[in-house]
Formats: sequence, structure tokens, C-alpha cells
Amino acid sequence: MRAIQQIGANTIDKVAAAGRAGLMLFGALFAVPRPKNIPLTIHQVHVVGVQSLLIIMVSGLFIGMVMALQGYTILVDYGAEGSLGPMVALSLLRELGPVVTALLFAGRAGSALTAEIGLMKATEQLSSLEMMAVDPLRRVVAPRFWAGMISMPMLALIFSAVGILGGHLVGVDWLGVDAGSYWSLMQAAVEWDKDVVNGVVKSLVFALVVTWIAIFKGYDSIPTSEGISKATTETVVFSSLAVLGLDFVLTALMFGIE
Amino acid sequence: MTKYRVELMVGVFVVLTIGAVLLLALKVANSTMTSEGDTYTLYAKFDNIGGLKARSAVKVGGVTIGRVASIRLDQEDFTPVVELSIAKQYEGFPETSSVSILTSGLLGEQYIGFQPGFSFDGVANLQDGDYLQDTKSALVLEDLIGQFLFSRGSDE
Repeated sequence: MRAIQQIGANTIDKVAAAGRAGLMLFGALFAVPRPKNIPLTIHQVHVVGVQSLLIIMVSGLFIGMVMALQGYTILVDYGAEGSLGPMVALSLLRELGPVVTALLFAGRAGSALTAEIGLMKATEQLSSLEMMAVDPLRRVVAPRFWAGMISMPMLALIFSAVGILGGHLVGVDWLGVDAGSYWSLMQAAVEWDKDVVNGVVKSLVFALVVTWIAIFKGYDSIPTSEGISKATTETVVFSSLAVLGLDFVLTALMFGIE
Repeated sequence: MTKYRVELMVGVFVVLTIGAVLLLALKVANSTMTSEGDTYTLYAKFDNIGGLKARSAVKVGGVTIGRVASIRLDQEDFTPVVELSIAKQYEGFPETSSVSILTSGLLGEQYIGFQPGFSFDGVANLQDGDYLQDTKSALVLEDLIGQFLFSRGSDE
């Protein structure tokens, strides 16, 4: 009897949390057209996007370099080292760009968002905003949400571009793959609307999921130091799992059936 | 002053993104081949199309002039019919032209090699919707090996 009651209580908890998350997303989505909130959003783009730029560019560079190195050692056995360009570009644009950006973004920006909003709740800043008849959804949540949605695709594009340049650095400049075949075979293999646009669509979906989880976990956290630390951990874990799972679904939808 | 710095850095971020998009658009992706503009359609019947797929290239002497639009099976004589969409700028091939299914390299993908025929009096040019009469099927490696073994066996 007790166990069944526990299951019921958990279910009600989860459904209620999903409902709160949905309402919050709805509020954030429709809180966009206030002109006076645009400077707030730009400020958040700085916090969320610009400050993630360094880690994104460094990771992109090294991932491109490592892929060129690993790919070269295998492809050179078949005399196919010219295919290095398509390999690096397609893996970056289709998978690694959106996914690694989303994972880094969850760790770098998502956790910060959760901790910030959670602390605002713990120190009752959100309640005082409500007391002053300022909607915290509009003032605090919406700018952060939109900043995440804007920043993540931009970061993913920069990641892919830097990775391709890193692959060029290792493959062409150090290992001696022909520069002409690196670029021209890449150009023959990569299609703008199939590969680049699908990568951007992926990173938009990841942006929605990661920012949504981060903001909701902060907004819904238990306002104690322990609650905030738990919420921050959950943000990183849940959004990483959601990104990896969704990536498979999106890849199956986009590239699975020709 | 801090507002100026924030806006400057966001500006740098946007400029970097535009740079990345330009790199991807101009050096990485081939946006030109996906929007080919006006095309006209030719049909060709083969006995065997091997590994030919939709969107395989149609080439004249190595120059891509179009792509395979679709492949289906003729319901009357059960042979594959390949629909080729050729760019409008390459018009006026004579009716005596032939097509064959070729492979780029030993393990490469298959494409259609288009061989323009001779034009002399009384030979019209190919029009939209015409069937190409002279076709050569794909080389199927297993058939070749089979024939080779068969001929070796009959020699002894």
C-alpha cells in the first residue's frame, strides 16, 4: 500500500514539474517582443555566448586536428588521404559541431544559468521582482532563454568552421595532403541544404532543450545551498543525456532514410 | 563603459559567426549544384543499372551536365527506366547519342557517361521527354567473374 502510494506521489510530482516547465517555456517564448528587453537579451548573449566562445573555438580546433590526424593514418593505407576533407567536414557539420557545442554549452553556460537563477530564488530576488509588479519570467527568464537560442547555433557554426581549419592545419600543412583535393573533394561532398542547414536545425533543437532545462532547474530549485547544487548537477546531467538521445533521433530523421 | 564593452564583444561574436557562415558557404558546401536552374528530361532504358542511384551525375567527357532524377521499372517489359534531368544550357545533343553506366575509379560511385553522337543530315536533336536508344548497361563484377570462370572451364 505504502509503495503504491509512493509511486502515485512520484508520478504526480513529475507530471506537475513537466506542467510547470511547459508553462515557463510558454511564458518565455511569448515574452519576446518587448523592445526594452532587447538590451537585457544582448547582455545575456554576452554572458552565455561570447564568454563560451573561447572554449568552443579551442575545442573545435583540437577536435578538427585530432580527426585529421586519426583519419590520415587510416586513409593513407588506401591511398585515399584526399578524402580527409570530406571526412572532417561531414563529421563536424553533421554531428560533432552541434553535439559537442551543446555538451560544452550545457557545462559552461547551462550550469551557470541554473546557479544564477537558483540563487536569485534563494535570496528572494525573484519574489521581490514580483512584489514590484515585474514579471520575473519576462525580466529574468526570457532574456536568458532567447540568448541561449541565439548563441548556440552561432557557436556550433563557429565550432565547425574552426574545426575544418584545424583539420586543414594538420592534414595539409603538417601531413602533406594536397590542399586542392582537401577543399575540392570537401566541396563535392558537402551539400548546403542537406548538411549545413540540418546541422543548424540540430543545434537549434539542442539550444531549446539545454536552455529550457537549465532555466527550469534554476527556477524550480529548492532555495537552499544544497538544492541549488543539486539543481546545477541535474542540469548538466539531464541536458547532456537529452542532447545525446535527441541527436540519435534527429540523425535518424535527417540522414537515416534516403 | 561596460555597456560599450558588452556590445563590442557581442559584435565580435556576430562577425565571427558571419565569417564562419561565409567559410562554410563559399569553401565547404556546394550550393551551386543543388539549385541547378532550368532542366529538361531525357529517358534511357537499361538492362541492368548496377549501383546507380537517384542524384548520380550525368557526365560528358568528365563534365557534369545533369543528374539522375529518378529510377523506376517499366511495367510492360520489366526493364529499368532512368530519368535524366539535364541542364537547359546543354541542349542540342543529336539523337545518335549513347549513354553507358560507368564507375569512377575501382571502388567509386557509379555515374552515367553520356557520349554525344555524330550529327548529319536527317538526324534530329534530342528533345524534352525523348528516349535514348543506344544504352550500355552497368558492368557487374560478379557476372564478369562468372563469365571468366565459365570460359576457362570450357577451354579445358
